[in-house]
Amino acid sequence: MSSILQQLLNGVILGSVYALLALGYTMVYGIIKLINFAHGDVYMLGAYFGYFFINVLHLNFFIALVLAMAVSAGVGVVIEFVAYRPLRQSPRIAVLISALGVSFLLENGMSYFFGSDKRAFPQAIATVQYHFGQLQISNIQLLIIGTAVVLMLGLTLIVQKTKMGRAMRAVSADQEAAILMGINVNRTISFTFAIGSALAAAGGVLIGLYYNNIDPLMGMTPGIKAFVAAVLGGIGIIPGAALGGWLIGILETLTQAIGLSDYKDAVVYGILIVILLWKPTGILGKNGREKV
Amino acid sequence: MTTILKTHDLSIAFGGVIAVDQVNIEAHDNELIGLIGPNGAGKTTLFNLLTGVYQPTSGTVAMFDGQRLSEMNGLPPHRRAQQGMTRTFQNIRLFTSRTVLENVLIAMTISSPAQTVGALFRTPKFYQQETDKKQRALALLAMFDMANVADELACNLPYGQQRRLEIVRALATKPKILFLDEPAAGMNPQETQALTELIQQVQTQFKMTIILIEHDMNLVMAISQRVYVLEYGKVLASGTPSEIQQHPAVIKAYLGEEI
Amino acid sequence: MDRTHLKYTLSWAGLVVMLFVLIAVMTIFDVIGQYGMTTLVLIGINLIAAVGLNLVIGMSGQFSLGHAGFMAVGAYATALIASAIPNIGGFILSLVIGMSVSGVVALLVGIPTLRLRGDYLAIATLGVAEIIRIVIINLKITRGPAGIFGIPNFVNWQVIFGISVIVIALVVNFVRSTTGQAIIAVRDNEIAAASLGINTTKYKVIAFVIGAMLAALAGGLRASFIQSVSPQDYTFMQSITILIIVVLGGIGSMSGTVVTAIILGVLDVILQNFGPLRMVIYAVVLIVVMIFRPKGLLGTSELSLKKLLFDTGDSHDNHSKNA
Repeated sequence: MSSILQQLLNGVILGSVYALLALGYTMVYGIIKLINFAHGDVYMLGAYFGYFFINVLHLNFFIALVLAMAVSAGVGVVIEFVAYRPLRQSPRIAVLISALGVSFLLENGMSYFFGSDKRAFPQAIATVQYHFGQLQISNIQLLIIGTAVVLMLGLTLIVQKTKMGRAMRAVSADQEAAILMGINVNRTISFTFAIGSALAAAGGVLIGLYYNNIDPLMGMTPGIKAFVAAVLGGIGIIPGAALGGWLIGILETLTQAIGLSDYKDAVVYGILIVILLWKPTGILGKNGREKV
Repeated sequence: MTTILKTHDLSIAFGGVIAVDQVNIEAHDNELIGLIGPNGAGKTTLFNLLTGVYQPTSGTVAMFDGQRLSEMNGLPPHRRAQQGMTRTFQNIRLFTSRTVLENVLIAMTISSPAQTVGALFRTPKFYQQETDKKQRALALLAMFDMANVADELACNLPYGQQRRLEIVRALATKPKILFLDEPAAGMNPQETQALTELIQQVQTQFKMTIILIEHDMNLVMAISQRVYVLEYGKVLASGTPSEIQQHPAVIKAYLGEEI
Repeated sequence: MDRTHLKYTLSWAGLVVMLFVLIAVMTIFDVIGQYGMTTLVLIGINLIAAVGLNLVIGMSGQFSLGHAGFMAVGAYATALIASAIPNIGGFILSLVIGMSVSGVVALLVGIPTLRLRGDYLAIATLGVAEIIRIVIINLKITRGPAGIFGIPNFVNWQVIFGISVIVIALVVNFVRSTTGQAIIAVRDNEIAAASLGINTTKYKVIAFVIGAMLAALAGGLRASFIQSVSPQDYTFMQSITILIIVVLGGIGSMSGTVVTAIILGVLDVILQNFGPLRMVIYAVVLIVVMIFRPKGLLGTSELSLKKLLFDTGDSHDNHSKNA
């Protein structure tokens, strides 16, 4: 029993990182219907920025985290501006290929300039283990969950309460109408990329701290998993991304716990397919109907 | 007079809103029926129920299959089209990237034999069938004065012509019942006049049942043999155009109550 | 068959023969070397897979991200069967079985997902391809992550050339058939197509299944040619490689697919000289091409001999609207 609880806990921690990434996917998909394949690589960049701020500039972990988020937000905005914005009126698939191009560029550019080897992420915070009965949790794990929750609450606040958040919701509901209402669509999309990229970077820094190492390809698999999480929860729906992220994290650790670790990704994809057959718009998705 | 289409207590609810509420209508062969009512009365929703785009919450749709009325509940739109129901759309839905002729040819898919193997190996028979089909499509277009634009892209046609093409395309499926959803919407008086003649031409030449949603009362009253009036998802009245024009409930619905 | 049709057919055939002779001469005088030959064969194999994917993406308008999964099915079918029956009959049997299995998998995935509108096929195929790969890694018979070696080779450039030509001709003819036209109609306006009696799901599934079978064919040929298979050859990246060929060529343009498969194959050879910078350059090329030619090199048009050779008009433009 306690080992199951422990696995659930581990799943929630991994899931928190997926959730942070999935939020970016879901917001971008919601607003410009793009599967942003470069998103996982922004997460990787975030980890590298964190590494740089801690290792080279010797900054405090939290300052490094915030700075990494800020710089990655800027990178996200630049990516959108250079690679996606010129394609606003083009077929969706063209933007998708451009996103793949950006993804290759970030992965291979980082490998080229900084080497493709794994780097040890600095132990900026000493690990302390806490015990609650049979359960074991480290301060870093708590930090991951805590940061994820705080950031998600912050995001909810931004989306629900601020003018920019309202603009985001308006553009994602109907871009044309949003323009007519005087909303600056370009700025809103930039803002969406900034927020999404910042969240991804936070995920990257946290995972670097947790696993102790980073490499230029670290974003590939989590990127796809986070996209799956976003779809699972209901793409375009913010709480859905969080739900999907945690669900996938938990599923993954549970399949490992029952001895199917070789098949853990297959199980995740299998469950995704089953859920989509049962509810095509994802767990929290609403059924949209095309007007005839 | 054979009854070709009949609904029984047909209803659909979207969440709490009952868009079509226990509607009972019937149509006979070779009849032209007008369906009128205020905006939001459920006319297009009724069309969607009849053609299978939506499945009803309760009630049935039945169509004459040659011997008797058979129920169509659960059949998707393409199956109903294969049995002889086809339609046009309020917001025109042409295959815009294809030519006028291709739009009609595609509509002939269900009535022409599949010749995939012939097509793969380009047999002489394939070319023969292609030529035959093309000639039939062109003949149909010529009947509605559209042969001269056969090679134009559908999206380049003027609005009135696009509506016309949608009707011709529907006819290419050889329907028994044709549903026209606001065919005169957005047309100027000349275009509406041309459309009126077109619909009458279709009915006399093709001998089919036509059910028509329209807001242009002159058009509806001029060509319909019977009219159903829908309000709040219910049938408010039915009868010949002159009966409808004198029906107190209809006058009330359209003009408001006199004080 | 009337005279003009005969004329087009003969001129296409002439072009194909010329190309064949050109390659043959290059081999005889050893202009392109062993490496060039290998590249040529791999271009042909990618081409077959890409033509299949273009049928799915371009013609039926559905979005598949799992082409590598179907290639893997074909590759492993050939690896297992052709190794067990090491003769040409066994090889052909392996291709047939690979294509059939792949088609059945596509049917099982396609029927439920293609009822829906939206990017569902993309997500489902992404998942299915990964599942196929993970199963291959973990099964005994497929020899896990190491893969299978020593597969007998029945493939040379002539075989690939012939199969590519046949596949392209059949697919182009298929697109012009009633079935092909119905598939395009569903892409253009699904609701209208249904109202005309076209079973939209059926036609989307047909396109998807054929696409998957061609992927398996490509996979089988590849396994035999390089004489080995391993799960790393059929990752998400392989799906992306094929997707890029289709999109860069112009979605829905078969000639675009052919031209791009060749260009990218050659580009790959040139980029080998750049060492580690290779992928960086490739990435930049990808972004730049998309920004300046968002509809791909040929858009939806086709290179047309009809226009090129028989047009008497003022059009010297070598592509015509896809008719």
